[in-house]
Amino acid sequence: MQIKSKFIRFCIDVLVLTALFILVQYFITTGLLDQYYQINLASMCINIILAVSLNLINGFTGQLSLGHAGFMAVGAYASVVMTQMLGQPFIVGLIVACLAAALGGFIIGVPTLRLRGDYLAIATLALGEIIRVTLQNIDYVNGPAGILGITKMTTWPWLFGATVFTVLVVVNLINSSYGRAIISVREDEVASELMGINTTKYKVMAFVIGAMLAGLAGAMYAHFFYIIKPDTFNFMKSFDILVMVVLGGLGSTTGAIIAALFITALTAVLQSFPAIRMILYALILIIVMIYRPQGLMGNKELSRQIFGRIWGGRK
Amino acid sequence: MLEFIQQLVNGLSLGAIYALIALGYTMVYGIIKLINFAHGDIMMVGGFVGFFSLTVFKTNIVVAMIAAMLTCAILGILIEKVAYRPLRNSTRIAALITAIGVSFFLEYVTIFLLGPSQRVFPDTAFPIKAYNIAGLSILNKDVFVVVSAVVLMLILQYIIKWTKTGKAMRAVSLDQEAAVLMGISVDKTISITFAIGSALAAAAGVMYGVYYSTVNPLMGIIPGLKAFVAAVLGGIGIIPGAMVGGFVMGLLETMVSGYGNSLYRDAVAFGVLILILLIKPTGLFGRDTGEKV
Amino acid sequence: MSLIMEINNLDKSFGGLSAVLNFNFCLEQNELIGLIGPNGAGKTTVFNLITGVYKPDQGSIVFNGQNIVGLAPHTICARGIARTFQNIRLFNDLSVLDNVKIASHKNVPYGFLSAILRTPGFFKGEDIIEKDALKYLKIFKLDDKKDELAKNLPYGEQRRLEIARAMATKPTMLILDEPAAGMNPQETKELMKLIAQIRRDFKLSILLIEHDMSLVMGVCERIYVLDYGQIIAEGRPEEIRSNKQVIEAYLGEELE
Repeated sequence: MQIKSKFIRFCIDVLVLTALFILVQYFITTGLLDQYYQINLASMCINIILAVSLNLINGFTGQLSLGHAGFMAVGAYASVVMTQMLGQPFIVGLIVACLAAALGGFIIGVPTLRLRGDYLAIATLALGEIIRVTLQNIDYVNGPAGILGITKMTTWPWLFGATVFTVLVVVNLINSSYGRAIISVREDEVASELMGINTTKYKVMAFVIGAMLAGLAGAMYAHFFYIIKPDTFNFMKSFDILVMVVLGGLGSTTGAIIAALFITALTAVLQSFPAIRMILYALILIIVMIYRPQGLMGNKELSRQIFGRIWGGRK
Repeated sequence: MLEFIQQLVNGLSLGAIYALIALGYTMVYGIIKLINFAHGDIMMVGGFVGFFSLTVFKTNIVVAMIAAMLTCAILGILIEKVAYRPLRNSTRIAALITAIGVSFFLEYVTIFLLGPSQRVFPDTAFPIKAYNIAGLSILNKDVFVVVSAVVLMLILQYIIKWTKTGKAMRAVSLDQEAAVLMGISVDKTISITFAIGSALAAAAGVMYGVYYSTVNPLMGIIPGLKAFVAAVLGGIGIIPGAMVGGFVMGLLETMVSGYGNSLYRDAVAFGVLILILLIKPTGLFGRDTGEKV
Repeated sequence: MSLIMEINNLDKSFGGLSAVLNFNFCLEQNELIGLIGPNGAGKTTVFNLITGVYKPDQGSIVFNGQNIVGLAPHTICARGIARTFQNIRLFNDLSVLDNVKIASHKNVPYGFLSAILRTPGFFKGEDIIEKDALKYLKIFKLDDKKDELAKNLPYGEQRRLEIARAMATKPTMLILDEPAAGMNPQETKELMKLIAQIRRDFKLSILLIEHDMSLVMGVCERIYVLDYGQIIAEGRPEEIRSNKQVIEAYLGEELE
């Protein structure tokens, strides 16, 4: 009985997602979604990937990382080197981007995750910046000027696939014993360790997966916007992602998705007023922390039950 | 050898600026355990107040510096009251995120009001002269920066060591609850700490303007981060540590751009930070304290 | 009977101050031992040394024939030592059930990829974990509260949940740090029964710190008395009760 209802829910999920995919694809082919909307659509997907993956580190594991843009940069550059310089297909670029960013996450995570709270935040910020400065000094990828004229390979199916992949990985991870181990680190690291959880291992695991997905977002970004340069991935970009995670609620995947959509839309609307956009970001951070430090969603998820209640359906 | 000493001299004034900013970081961290991310931006505001004092009100540089210090002291108190005080009992991460928000706020409100472009400090306010001593070229602006920084640090030492306020500050940073029981007003003491720290940052902002002859709304970010590294290097919360750390960072930076690749200039500061955090997170002068189970 | 734990010449000092000095101790299979002493005597420090939270300056802790000094706390837990905390450290924002499930993670019956890909093995494994966790909750009469957040439980139930969580790591040796602190006499009595029951059913060796003398004297077979980091007495409850040194440690020296 229970397995059967699980299966039905799974089928509904697949149906809804397929419908969404086909609908958007239809709009793109028929030209209903013009260039402007397509750019925003891509930004939304990329931001969802970034926010959901950072939320795994900051929200679920409770380790404040401020260097997410660095991993995005690693993924972007790794994929571009693969596709543009070594002539590999896009999928190879994506896989290499994920692996490179995961490796970066591992190298950075192992030493720094020993640090606690604000020290870790600053260390990851510094390491993100070191990644950027290092890229500036590599002539093979054109230094500070960056790489121009990247072939556009990020199409809607890729974006959709990458976004669904990210959400699935994070949601399935969190709702498993491994995810509970990760969350216990956030709740009480000492108690978690004494209950037999190798806390270092799970912190690094979350950090590496988060970095890997940021790398995926970087590859998507590079092959959509034609151009990448080290400055695109400075710590302001990391803060952008942080704003989404904080607004959505530390520890809520649906919250991260909603906040990513909202912030992307806000950015699009305020495109001509960058200063106002940043002032709004600032106010969001301050006001959310003072009045609702758990974010819009807290650590709750928007679930079918809630939808059911809203639409007056069965529970 | 002569060139090395010349670099040392150049690094000294930059180090003095970092040390002044680092003092504010360390004092605030010492008292409420918050990395005041907006501290570098307070320095920026100080730089701008100094700039307008020089250009609009045609004051001399000392008056400009005092004006900047007073303005930023008030700004510091205000920021603490509005943004940090409501969060005093929440997690350190929440406070840090708020501080990042305040930092954005100061930067982009300035951009909104004054535009993003940089402004050139007027030459007339501080005519540059170079002295030649024993083959070393020493600029009067370097002398100005180092001397005023040292004077400010001495005043700070006096306040902390010998005045009632200073004693209250030390008491609150050691044990807030005990301080309350001794009749110390914690709120007032924290406000004063913010005021002093912000005033020092403002002075550093004016010096930075004199040193690089420009000010811009985002100028506080990088020196702010470097000063933070200086504070961590010296052992965050430890006042002499911040001074030493500041000078070390200044010297290190001039050495790297003098002898190495100036593109790596900023990365060096971050590299130093990572090294300290990994090897001795409590800094050069810090002591280890473990977590109680 | 055979020894499950033997501690020899254990020393630990903090900043020159000796917290535990020349501590010797042994625990037999299925034995229940009490560690008592005035406040600040170093009892919790001993627990922290055994469970690997602190590293001793000197001495050995032999558990099941192997020295466990220097091992990480999670490894020591994996060897079969579980504990509770004096100042309750539950995973506050998680449900009662999840608190216990986390403790069984070290025996997770499915792999990481299986979790991500949601294989049938994952669902089967989750079932096993859930049934196992419910078993422990039932023993501690918390099964009807499984979906409540740990922080919303009343104090006594939080203490019981801590023991249930420790049990879920499937230990052979259980360390209880003031399990009855803050409980009323009725609750304490029930707790004593529970402790005796799990000891019998799971063949546990138990070491406990407690201030409630009725509990200590009532359930413990042997008692160690710690004062200023050193053992001042060891023996059966009735021996301890009449020990002059112990009385002095608790009440101060008698006046002439």
